[in-house]
Amino acid sequence: MSDVFKESFEIEAGDFASAGEASAKIKSILRMIGIDPALTRRVTIASYEAELNMIIHSQGGVMSVEISTEAIALFCEDTGPGIADIDMAMQEGYSTASSDVRMMGFGAGMGLPNMKKNSDEFSIHSDTNGTRLNMRFNMN
Amino acid sequence: MTIAQAAAALGGTPVCGEENLDKPLTSGCGADLMSDALAFAKHGSILLTGMVNQHVIRTAEMLDVLCICFVRGKKPTEDICELARQTGVTLMTCDYTLYEACGRLYEKGLPPCSRL
Repeated sequence: MSDVFKESFEIEAGDFASAGEASAKIKSILRMIGIDPALTRRVTIASYEAELNMIIHSQGGVMSVEISTEAIALFCEDTGPGIADIDMAMQEGYSTASSDVRMMGFGAGMGLPNMKKNSDEFSIHSDTNGTRLNMRFNMN
Repeated sequence: MTIAQAAAALGGTPVCGEENLDKPLTSGCGADLMSDALAFAKHGSILLTGMVNQHVIRTAEMLDVLCICFVRGKKPTEDICELARQTGVTLMTCDYTLYEACGRLYEKGLPPCSRL
């Protein structure tokens, strides 16, 4: 059983002023322990997309990162309305974001597809109580 | 193409991160939607945008974007510049529209992100 580093971050709904702080910390941790820059970039892009989604769409939640010798895992769990149609949400360009969110430069409907693209394994479960995302990024 | 050469091609004015002007750029990306930048911009690139807020800096940080050029004469505020200094992203401004600014860099041989 290999050692696993774990860290969790509270994500507050609607807190756009802090958007990106959790992902920046994750990036800092990955850099500090010497993870390959290309892999670090993929993880931080996916974590930033997930962090933004929680801020925009949920009532808040927790994003956790786990680092082992084999892989980096991101877990996101939020409370909120959930995603009504996951198949539609996985299509590039589909978005339910408000015009206020679009004015800030987000809500283009690229988030979930971009998370899937950057991760090696991606799973999503959503119901009317909230959404759970699991992403895995292999070290090799 | 270095950041300094991109600034020259755009008639741009560096705002912060001048110590990085000799760093080479891999490619260019023009986007006002940061969601699009997150999906397409590559590491080591210059991001040209008409969007001016802190989220642009955060987006560049996640993407390992080297430089942001705000087009149409838009000026970043001091809090935006401070976040850019903390994250090591070079900022500049230029007066061209997004279309013309991208065209000028493309004409000088800077490849689009889609070619990397």
